Amino acid sequence: MSDRAEAVGGPILTKATRWILWIGIVGIALILWRFGVGLGRSTGLNDGYAWGLWISFDVVTGTALGCGGFAMALLVYIFNKGKYHPLVRPAILTSALGYSMAGLAIAIDVGRPWHVWRIPLGGFPDMGKYNWNSALLEVALCVMAYIIVLWIELSPAFFEKWKDSPKEGLANFSRKAYGIVNKSLIWIIALGVLLPTMHQSSLGALMLLSGPRLHNLWNSPFAPLLFLISCIAMGYAVVVMESALASRFFNRPSHTSMLASIGKVAAYIIWGYLVLRLVDLVLRGRLGLMFQFNVYSLMFWIEIICFAVPAVMLMNAKKRQDLGYLFRAAMMLVLAGTLYRFDTYLVAFMPGENFSYFPTVPEIFVTIGIVAIEIMLYVALVTIFPILAGRPTTAEAH
Amino acid sequence: MAFDRRSLLKGMATASAAAVASASPVKAARERKVVPEDARGMLYDTTLCIGCKACVRACKEANDLPADTRTPGMEIFDAPTDLNDYTKNIIKLYSEGDRRSYVKRQCMQCVDPACVGACMIGAFRKEKFGIITWDRDRCIGCRYCQMACPFGIPKFEWSSLNPDIVKCEYCRQREGDKKWEPACCEVCPREAVIAGTYEELLAEAKRRLAEHPDRYEPKIYGEKDLGGTQVLYLSHVPFEKLGFKFDSEEPVPEMQQTIQHGIYQGFIAPAALYAGLGVVLWRNRRKDGAEGEEGEA
Repeated sequence: MSDRAEAVGGPILTKATRWILWIGIVGIALILWRFGVGLGRSTGLNDGYAWGLWISFDVVTGTALGCGGFAMALLVYIFNKGKYHPLVRPAILTSALGYSMAGLAIAIDVGRPWHVWRIPLGGFPDMGKYNWNSALLEVALCVMAYIIVLWIELSPAFFEKWKDSPKEGLANFSRKAYGIVNKSLIWIIALGVLLPTMHQSSLGALMLLSGPRLHNLWNSPFAPLLFLISCIAMGYAVVVMESALASRFFNRPSHTSMLASIGKVAAYIIWGYLVLRLVDLVLRGRLGLMFQFNVYSLMFWIEIICFAVPAVMLMNAKKRQDLGYLFRAAMMLVLAGTLYRFDTYLVAFMPGENFSYFPTVPEIFVTIGIVAIEIMLYVALVTIFPILAGRPTTAEAH
Repeated sequence: MAFDRRSLLKGMATASAAAVASASPVKAARERKVVPEDARGMLYDTTLCIGCKACVRACKEANDLPADTRTPGMEIFDAPTDLNDYTKNIIKLYSEGDRRSYVKRQCMQCVDPACVGACMIGAFRKEKFGIITWDRDRCIGCRYCQMACPFGIPKFEWSSLNPDIVKCEYCRQREGDKKWEPACCEVCPREAVIAGTYEELLAEAKRRLAEHPDRYEPKIYGEKDLGGTQVLYLSHVPFEKLGFKFDSEEPVPEMQQTIQHGIYQGFIAPAALYAGLGVVLWRNRRKDGAEGEEGEA
């Protein structure tokens, strides 16, 4: 089994991807429509629920799902587990795409995206007017920087392909750039760990500013840490899912034993998360809120169970050697992390009885469309560039 | 798979830097803000308000706001159902059996405002007289202010393609007029809402409360609630009934900013974490160079 990354090759557009492409096109059309009619008509948002599906899913959950690159960088470069190296490049790709799409979603969600340049430039010309108290500013700056870092981290995959290009200029540039990136890789990777540590925890701090309007099961000073821990676990889960799907659809060797080990790491992280969640409620004296039979305690229990199930599943050393079992556990973990974010950003937020929110159909299709675009770009990039490890195996019977 | 203890500890040390940073500062309290010296405000008294809505009308005129004829069945009236993108000031009615009361709602001009704490590049600021202002040119339309404000004051122009945030700014455009006060206070025929310096208003509210303890709920809303507001309320019905649900004295931004300041104090923790990561990476790479890929593969 070769672990060198190689381009998948073959056609990008197949019967399946053609469908996905169409869903993406519908999404793009609806995005254009949103800019034509405004947020009021295109979304279910209102003055009470000013943030909806696009923020809770595309941005907050989307970036957490994009933490595969972060989680793998921790494992491979910080804990120095070189053997997982074949999983790094595809993880970086999913992260780069996840974060880029989250950036796109922010641009769609804000009222005046043409003012977004003011964030990196501090509201030029008054550079001093940054509000350093704003958790959102921290998130925005970090996410912008991290998108760039991720594409740089991925760039060797492009340069490896282009350096053999018949176009001499491109080939020369690629050889040079490859060298530069390689030399500065340590500091780029360090940034690739630092930035998500910062903004994923800040995403947990964001909603604390809703103060008394955030339900106490979620209004916790530990939220930054809980968001950080859970995003790393979600990162591993996404790596497992992505790798399993890629090996199936592109006939690559499945790195099952490696994925099983990663699953075990994820399990330990979830246990840490669950303990912290409990300790937090005890310390704040809010344990009783779990047993009030209302929508909040119900959502809390669903969320906790969704975390606990994969935590238990992934502890089983024998069963987790089975790719399907591993995949199901990872999916459950992704669902759990998603629920935690939806609960924090939507369910636990209480703007008053006068307000209700449910996403409109176009709003939902924009979200689905963005995911479709992400999948299309993934397929296109792994087809063209050396990202997935190993040569195709002979078709297995499934 | 086995993590050898050395690399595990090494990694844990760097990873836990962030953990420690985010958990420990909760204890180190952030300093409470006080009412600015030049603070101006309003005092609203439910026992005086007759619900004439002259203030609503005056506010629209002073701030160039369109009539809100969007309420179904009320298309021939300016009949907003709540504060909204056309309405910075509103009179609402609370009625339950015999008990009824009007209540005027507008920006509370918080002493420690959540909107200002939320806003990324300072479109919201607490300016002269402690008035909270909004700057169109700096606003990106992210609506974090709406998620933060405990009183639900900032409103968004949902139907606009270049949407503004709409909220009471104490008629600051009239500053410099001979007898500057917000239009709502100027026009009120019963002086149910009056403008003045915060000091004057608080003294007046205390005087009324002392003079007629039978008439009022024994509390001045805004004196301490959520860290204090420059708009003060006296009421003959429980404040909760008027929509003032929160009476904690903790300013809304306190917990979040205590945490954020703890983590990012002088940017030391992130810088240290970055340096630590760099060192670990550099050592790992050097070791790899010397003895090849480490760990049991």
